[in-house]
Amino acid sequence: MDSLNTYLFIASILFSLGLFGVITRRNGVAVLMGIELILNAANLNFLAFAKFGGMNISGHIFALFVIIMAAAEAAVALAIIINMYNNFKTINVDDVQELRQ
Amino acid sequence: MVDAAFWFIVVLTLGSACMVVLNEKLIYSAIALLFTLFGVAALYVFLWADFLAGVQVMIYVGGILVLIIFGIMLTNRITSVNISHTSVQKGIGGMVVLGILFVLGIMILNTPWLHTEFVEPAQTTATIGTLLMMEYLLPFEVASLLLLAALMGAAMLSRRDD
Repeated sequence: MDSLNTYLFIASILFSLGLFGVITRRNGVAVLMGIELILNAANLNFLAFAKFGGMNISGHIFALFVIIMAAAEAAVALAIIINMYNNFKTINVDDVQELRQ
Repeated sequence: MVDAAFWFIVVLTLGSACMVVLNEKLIYSAIALLFTLFGVAALYVFLWADFLAGVQVMIYVGGILVLIIFGIMLTNRITSVNISHTSVQKGIGGMVVLGILFVLGIMILNTPWLHTEFVEPAQTTATIGTLLMMEYLLPFEVASLLLLAALMGAAMLSRRDD
């Protein structure tokens, strides 16, 4: 159980699920949830390498920066989605193809 | 005992991640995302990252997930049924993703990873604090600037000016 490969496999499955969400979902908020899954998979990899690959506490700091970036990204993305909803009355990312209505 | 707990958490995390991407109802996806994030925080504990597990629960569950649920509620009427949450091109997407997963699996198995013995850190929080103030001071300050810019940008974007 406690090996690098186990964690890498878990993270790669999580990444694949997130990617599947991003490419198949058409709702903007659902796409955002897929991106959060991908970022979590990246963080899991950072911490796995911190424990097994000799990155030590530096890996923790990189994961911390990823979490900070995810928070900023979620706030801006939701502001964009809400703006999109106010302007186009839809949050289907395929229907929004123009810069202005 | 620890093994059983570990595999239980792995199954919980990956199962609820499947729910996140496959469920038709968006609010159920958000609830499933809650379990995924808790599961990932528990995996952080198995990786000796206790501080990061706390940060994960506070920022992801307490911040980002609440923000996502706000986003769902502001952009949908809860009672209306005909909102498109559906996925498109599941077959092709699934094949592409399975191909990527296959390549990743081969890569993981064939790469000679560097294995070093890492003794359990006595205190992660104090070490992280010291490193943030010494070696990673510039990225830390840049991150604070990024957060300020994101805060102002999000507030400006979502304001209605009519």
